[in-house]
Amino acid sequence: MSRPVGLAGGRSDGSATSPGIGPLGKPATRRGTEAWLLGFAAVIMTSALVLVEANQEQELTWAIVWYGLAYFGVFLIAHVAVRRWAPYADPLILPSVAVLNGLGLVMIYRIDLALAAKAEQIGTTHTGDAPKQVIWTAIALALFLAVLILIKDHRTLTRYGYTCGLVGLVALALPALLPRSLSEINGAKVWIKLGFFSIQPGEFAKILLMIFFAAFLVSKRDLFMSAGKRVLGMELPRARDMGPIVIAAGVCLGIFVLQKDLGPALLFFGVVLVLLYVATERFIWVLLGLTLFSVGCVIAYSLFTHVQQRVANWIDPLATYDQPGGGYQIAQGLFGLGTGGVFGTGLGSGRPETVPAANTDFITAAIGEELGFVGLAAVLMIYLLLAMRGLRGALAVRDTFGKLLGGGLAFAIALQVFIIVGGVTKLIPMTGITTPFLSYGGSSLLANYILVALLLRISDAARRPRKPQKPRPQQPAIAEQHTVMVQAPDGPGGKS
Amino acid sequence: MPELVVQLTRAGFLALLWLFVFAALRVVRSDLYAASGLRVELPGRRDKQAKRPIGGRKTARQLVVTHGALAGTRIALDGRPILIGRADDSTLVLDDDYASTRHARLSLRGTDWYVEDLGSTNGTYLDRAKVTAPLRVPLGVPIRIGKTVIELRP
Repeated sequence: MSRPVGLAGGRSDGSATSPGIGPLGKPATRRGTEAWLLGFAAVIMTSALVLVEANQEQELTWAIVWYGLAYFGVFLIAHVAVRRWAPYADPLILPSVAVLNGLGLVMIYRIDLALAAKAEQIGTTHTGDAPKQVIWTAIALALFLAVLILIKDHRTLTRYGYTCGLVGLVALALPALLPRSLSEINGAKVWIKLGFFSIQPGEFAKILLMIFFAAFLVSKRDLFMSAGKRVLGMELPRARDMGPIVIAAGVCLGIFVLQKDLGPALLFFGVVLVLLYVATERFIWVLLGLTLFSVGCVIAYSLFTHVQQRVANWIDPLATYDQPGGGYQIAQGLFGLGTGGVFGTGLGSGRPETVPAANTDFITAAIGEELGFVGLAAVLMIYLLLAMRGLRGALAVRDTFGKLLGGGLAFAIALQVFIIVGGVTKLIPMTGITTPFLSYGGSSLLANYILVALLLRISDAARRPRKPQKPRPQQPAIAEQHTVMVQAPDGPGGKS
Repeated sequence: MPELVVQLTRAGFLALLWLFVFAALRVVRSDLYAASGLRVELPGRRDKQAKRPIGGRKTARQLVVTHGALAGTRIALDGRPILIGRADDSTLVLDDDYASTRHARLSLRGTDWYVEDLGSTNGTYLDRAKVTAPLRVPLGVPIRIGKTVIELRP
């Protein structure tokens, strides 16, 4: 058994206390690992803040240390709650979120400083977004705790599958049906304006619909497995089984048409496809869905001017650089990434504010400029870790609903990051969608913390030692007693 | 700030970010071994418990049905006793007219597996010998129960 890990792991494992399994063969909860990684996240956030302040020539005060400690404290509350209500949850999910959220906060604050300086030059003032984002983070963590405490077992969600689906659809459709004055910000009709703040119900609908699809697929799984006609050597599903996917495609395209927003449509559709594929293990669904989606894209391209514009901006952002709604934003983002190069300009030394919407859609361009390829790659690695740990929980959990929901949620994070980072880096056409945890936006942050709470719940169920295992060893024990009787033929009552 | 400090902090922060990634990956690596509760020895920590079975003769890992209606069936041995018979709660449920409801049991003692007959009508045979008291089962030796033949494999 000379495994290649022996080389790398031999020295470190000698001193490591307990990797996966604690004493007595019980799976370790690994909450200690989570605690120190959260501390690490707070250190990263604090040092990022120090660098921004120093490079922006702000006054360095002890207040920064307090900010860092406060950030650690807030996540420590979340950590204690996880210890109490989901002791076997994955130890990496929460620290990854803490790093991303902290880095996002610092970047938003850093762009605030730049925009404030710019506003001062032209004699106006800029109200900062960072304080608002801090409040949103606090609310989001409160919501995270609420979900973790209220949902003791993710399987209870199957009971509310259809309710979730209905509420999700209504939430998704609501901004499209509301009058423009109540729902439109910057040309995207995806908001509900509520006086002081506005929320984006689509972000929450995403999770609700995922719960619905997972519950639906678990109850109707056999319908999709049944074979229909064979066409060209492939088994096509029967027409009536195709209902849900056709409905999903229709709803997505409907939202897309009414809200002028490709990003969420792509996200919903991708997640539904992955859920179908996971539930049935049949690639034909993915093929069918992709065909439907490309047909939808072609139709949308020929019908809507804003789609044509997005595609034109994607193909050559410099050609439409000067036109209104042209490639200016993408080109500026690419210039930012180019300025950053491999190692970046350093936090606080770049000029990320020259990209429009630098703290929302284009925050990855800002990170790419100031931290460079190396820093952006680290951020993407953390996203990858987050999605991977989510998928791992989904693989290990024992019930089908948990598998589907966990897989869907984890995939949603990965797909969302792909859509937005792909848009910023000009891999795919730019679509307005938030970067999970990084970009400024209350709804996105709240929804993603709910998502993470659900992932933690599922991974807790996956790693928790099985309960009925306790009575089980007793049964062989009784059987063993029987053995003792048979085993002693030379004893006093041997022949019976 | 002096230029040197700027450059050092710039590299330092990137190093910090990647240090976090590597710390997380280390947790992932150590977790790989604990996946699904399976105990796989880590290199460097197996020296105490696991030396003997690896250095000495091989231990049985699975039970294979070689003849009979269930031929080809494999059961992984996890240390729990294996009940064989026509009863529904047996580990290996035989559909065989010559087998009894509770026919025989394989159980682990120390590092060896023992077979014992549970008072069956037609008897259990280890190779050619009839099993009357618990007998140690070497690897690859057939156990006959009715029309079924099973073997232990490493």
